[in-house]
Amino acid sequence: MAKSRDPETKPRKGLSRRAFLSRSTGLAVSTPILASVGLAAPAAAAADVKILGPGKVPITLQINGKPYNLRVEPRVTLLDALRNNLDFTGAKRVCDRAACGSCTVLMDGKAVYACAVLAIEGQGKQITTIESLSSESKLHPVQAAFVQHDAQQCGFCTPGFVMACKALLDKNPNPSINQIREGLGGNLCRCGTYAGIRQVVMTAGKAMKGGQANG
Amino acid sequence: MRAFEYASPTTKEQAVALLGNKWGDTEVLAGGMDLLSTMKDYLTEPKRLVNLKDIKELAGISSEASTGLRIGALVTLQELLENETVRKEYPALFQAAEGITSPQMRNLGTVGGDLCQRPRCWYFRNGMGLLAQDSSGKSLIVDGENKYHAILGNSGPAYFVNSSSLAPSLIALDAKIRVFGPKGAREVPAAKFYVIPKSNEEREYALKPNELVTDIVIPSAAGIRNATYEVRQKEALDWPLAAASVSLKMSGRKVTSARVVLGHVAPVPWPAPDADKFLAGKTISEQVAKEAGAAAVTGAKALSQNGYKIQLARTAVKRAILRAAEGKV
Amino acid sequence: MADYSWPDASRRNLIGKRISRIDGPEKASGKAKYTQDLKRPGMLYGKLVTSPHAHAKVISVDTSAAEKMTGVKAVKLIEVPKDEVQWEGQPVAAVVATEEHLAEDAARAVKVTYELLPHLVREDDIAKAGDRAKEPNEGTDGDPDQGFKQAEVVTEGFYSIPVIAHCCLESHGSVTEWEGEDHLNLWLSTQAVSASAQGIATPLKIPQTNVHVHQDHIGGGFGSKFGPDLWDVQGALLAKMTGKPVKMMLDRASELMFAGSRPSTFAKVKVGAKKDGTILAWDSLSWGTGGLQGAGNPPIPYIWKIPNHHKHTPVSTNMGASRAWRAPNHPQACYITNSALEDLAADLKMDPLDLFLKNIALCDRADLYREEFLKAAEIIDWKKKWHQRGDDTSGHIKKGLGLSLHTWGGRGHASECRITINPDSSVSVELASQDLGTGTRTVINIVAADSLGLPLNAVKVNVGDSKYPVSGGSGGSTTVGGVSASTRRAAVDALEALFKQVAPALNADPGNLEAVGGKIRVKGDPAKSLSWKQACAKLGVTPISVTAQNKAGKDELTNSGVGGVQMAEVTVDTETGIVRIENMVAVQDAGYLINLKTAESQVYGAMIMGISYALYEEKVMDEATGRLLNPNMEFYKLAGIMDVGKLHVHMMAGPDQEKRGVIGLGEPPVVSPGAAIGNAVANAIGVRVPGLPLTPDRVLAALEKKGVVS
Repeated sequence: MAKSRDPETKPRKGLSRRAFLSRSTGLAVSTPILASVGLAAPAAAAADVKILGPGKVPITLQINGKPYNLRVEPRVTLLDALRNNLDFTGAKRVCDRAACGSCTVLMDGKAVYACAVLAIEGQGKQITTIESLSSESKLHPVQAAFVQHDAQQCGFCTPGFVMACKALLDKNPNPSINQIREGLGGNLCRCGTYAGIRQVVMTAGKAMKGGQANG
Repeated sequence: MRAFEYASPTTKEQAVALLGNKWGDTEVLAGGMDLLSTMKDYLTEPKRLVNLKDIKELAGISSEASTGLRIGALVTLQELLENETVRKEYPALFQAAEGITSPQMRNLGTVGGDLCQRPRCWYFRNGMGLLAQDSSGKSLIVDGENKYHAILGNSGPAYFVNSSSLAPSLIALDAKIRVFGPKGAREVPAAKFYVIPKSNEEREYALKPNELVTDIVIPSAAGIRNATYEVRQKEALDWPLAAASVSLKMSGRKVTSARVVLGHVAPVPWPAPDADKFLAGKTISEQVAKEAGAAAVTGAKALSQNGYKIQLARTAVKRAILRAAEGKV
Repeated sequence: MADYSWPDASRRNLIGKRISRIDGPEKASGKAKYTQDLKRPGMLYGKLVTSPHAHAKVISVDTSAAEKMTGVKAVKLIEVPKDEVQWEGQPVAAVVATEEHLAEDAARAVKVTYELLPHLVREDDIAKAGDRAKEPNEGTDGDPDQGFKQAEVVTEGFYSIPVIAHCCLESHGSVTEWEGEDHLNLWLSTQAVSASAQGIATPLKIPQTNVHVHQDHIGGGFGSKFGPDLWDVQGALLAKMTGKPVKMMLDRASELMFAGSRPSTFAKVKVGAKKDGTILAWDSLSWGTGGLQGAGNPPIPYIWKIPNHHKHTPVSTNMGASRAWRAPNHPQACYITNSALEDLAADLKMDPLDLFLKNIALCDRADLYREEFLKAAEIIDWKKKWHQRGDDTSGHIKKGLGLSLHTWGGRGHASECRITINPDSSVSVELASQDLGTGTRTVINIVAADSLGLPLNAVKVNVGDSKYPVSGGSGGSTTVGGVSASTRRAAVDALEALFKQVAPALNADPGNLEAVGGKIRVKGDPAKSLSWKQACAKLGVTPISVTAQNKAGKDELTNSGVGGVQMAEVTVDTETGIVRIENMVAVQDAGYLINLKTAESQVYGAMIMGISYALYEEKVMDEATGRLLNPNMEFYKLAGIMDVGKLHVHMMAGPDQEKRGVIGLGEPPVVSPGAAIGNAVANAIGVRVPGLPLTPDRVLAALEKKGVVS
């Protein structure tokens, strides 16, 4: 048990928390936090490299085949840009540390964690989100198989799993059990839907081989 | 994550010119798999991020007749796994990359990023410093929750383990790491790439703040049996508890010389010269491999909760040797 | 008097079948909107300023820098009782800003100074708990002293199960938006839509009727999401201050630190028996923590009515408070009890299945358990595979089998359902219930449609809105019973009302009509019928709207008490201590099943969640700093798809089950996996690993103690 009673930081005079009333600041300042980042100008070798930010910069993302123009700070992740700046909320933010797969999207056809990519880095890439897989009337075979095998409960991990399954099957429509396990090793579910998901890949793989895929 | 300015140079000269000479002022972005997490956790708060992905010369895998295989720092783990030469000639490296089980991580994560990722020590990751000391300088780890910490090289002040998946295999394969900085290029033997830091402000690799890893060069391993074995509790999305890479030069069934390197057991990848010596002249058998495992952990010292890792390290060495001797990928 | 009773197999088309969940397409296509996904016009993002200390006095809070920052709209202090923070992560202030990362910048700029106070965050050694050990709960059933006197064998053991987290994938949180001065819209990630209106109205001092709670989907709850939390109230207050909607969702670290955990239990156990396996007496000394308030009182010994003396000491620690975790107290009690009994079997050199069956009369519903054990044994091939403790085959991979049993209540909660049959033939069903991913919407749909003789898609189910009739929170596995019973009654009543309206057209007595296959027809004369559409047209302009209730407590439609058994087959690598699940079998009863497909999913899911806590999960607390060392998903480990082995679910079915009525199923199957897997590991390696999770360090330590490490 910690025995210390020594204050970590001395109380600042006159700063009793009771002295602070809850209040709205109502500020409308729009200056960037970092007017200058306080770094020396880059050496001459990099003179013609554009330095962007730290404030908002205009970027264009190719999402599901369409260009989207937005303004984000360089620190904004692709996931947050999709969810907060745009309205692609299928990809979920769960761990936010590249450790669960709920934010999986495809970038140039490959499954990636959108939480581990900066939005600004996503420029010039073809980004595919779960929103593009189905039409109003027709689910992608992977999605249909998720429904058929009840491979979802709360559904929060589902979009990430669907995208990981799609990436796996696009590459290999007839994966072995081991390839299924490896292909989906980057995603986690909390409700426990793995038994269904294993079946999904087998069913959907067949359907996609049969040319039913529309995604 | 703190706000930062962002630059995407197209040459390594530009990149280096954009880097500061103090750790943490600037960071380089490759795959981003670890860097963004450390930034979100405020373990580093760079004012400028230098994205390397537009630098073409850092990409690609090529065979260099004189030096062996050259792997660009930006080569992704997936590219590494899809390379025939890597698979056939360097199974130790292939198997190490295979241990990174998430496709999403393999698609983005790079070789350079794997080498330069920060330790996974949970004290460090929770903002208690690289060395995890209390305000009096006493280690929080030694009497704390150290089941994932070092069993070798743990006389302090660092107790974390090196987290690189690839480094032990690169050391076992006698690779060199090419580094580029303001003074030009230099080559560091993979075995010398990591250092045990003495303060929270230092880093655990032998780079200067304004240097980059550009390539890895591995000498030909034709005829050298090599393999990696990782002990990981979960099948995927989990860090190895211990790992070993070995390379064996053989003459018939006999080992002429061996290189055994442990991973995830010390603040740096841990070469095991006692095991190397033991193996020389031996014919590989289960018993020989087992004894080599025991030799590899000579000098291991358990902290309060991590004695089991000595057993895991022994096992990893034994299994890596047997796997190498089998010669199967 | 209307006949509400559940239709048997000959009189139903949907109930009891395998039906895909109706919101499946919405979820699988990413269109389902969760609270975390919502955006309202002008919405601000909230962040909490939280304590980095496990116990400290708040000396000062300086919000001045934060207030001046870009995009920041308000900074607000949160009242901390006695100015003392009692666990890491306790909120002390909250900020809102126009963008999420700006809110985070501001939260970090709030300067809080603390004076550290002593803390306790580890309870493994109760001797160190001092005055943090609270008054024990102690009791005696029967005459254990006499039992121990008669005992020919006494087995002693120590078992532990740590504090684990709910780790909902959608973190806790809300969006709040005021309409006028005193009407609040609350979008909340909650297991209790109806109760949440009052839950937030009280602290906000507004009438609960002024609160409108919304929730389409929830990303996991597992018992941790009842009613609004402090941060939701703060979000509403900040929304009020700024005049803007506020989204306040916890980050992952907060979610793991304080948004729910399951209490630990440590137990020293003594069991006495005769050499023939007759169990005579039990004595246990246990303790555990669930945070400041101590911990619950696990029902030890579990299920087995052994003459016993039990004493449980709650330990108060400076950790985020525990919340109901799927089958509160049962997994702990089950693990400890069934581990001790398996150890007894090993001492007796008896097959634990034989020991369990021999003593099965000590359990309520003994016949059911016997039947379930025999079924599970058949599926997993127990008699062929079981061996005495310690797999004596050569090599370092050892195989073992383990078993366990569990129980739960699960009677339907109070629920009100409104069914409206419209003249245009559309049917809507409304309940202020919620679908946690258990398939509640689908169950309601099945019951309503089947009761009305309609196909599934002819009925529109509406849940997740507090304006609908009040329905209970989804806890205690009470939802399926509650909503299916209220829906059944409403449907039968609505149909009777419809019969009355259409009887003249069919020239029949209303009591002589039935609804089958989308038709209203005369019983015994199916040629005399109206299509559903024609029948509804007879309503003129006035819909039929019927509200019916299920009251909590005994009735014929729902029941309480399920029993289940599980068996696990594992392999253990004795050189690494790594445990792998090879096979797991669950045999489970659940009374009258509405949807076999989603019912089975509950059992599969529970087994997987159980594998996860058996092998991987624990909140790792650091005593020196008082902090949680794994507030992330890299080191708070969950089982992945590669870790769960082959799973087999067998639902007990048949008339005996059906006549019991509907019983909840979400919780019971999560109770047994820890015990079944722990027992299988002991059987494989020949020694008890005394604590969960069964990590390599624990397994190797047990092997070393036994002297078998290679």
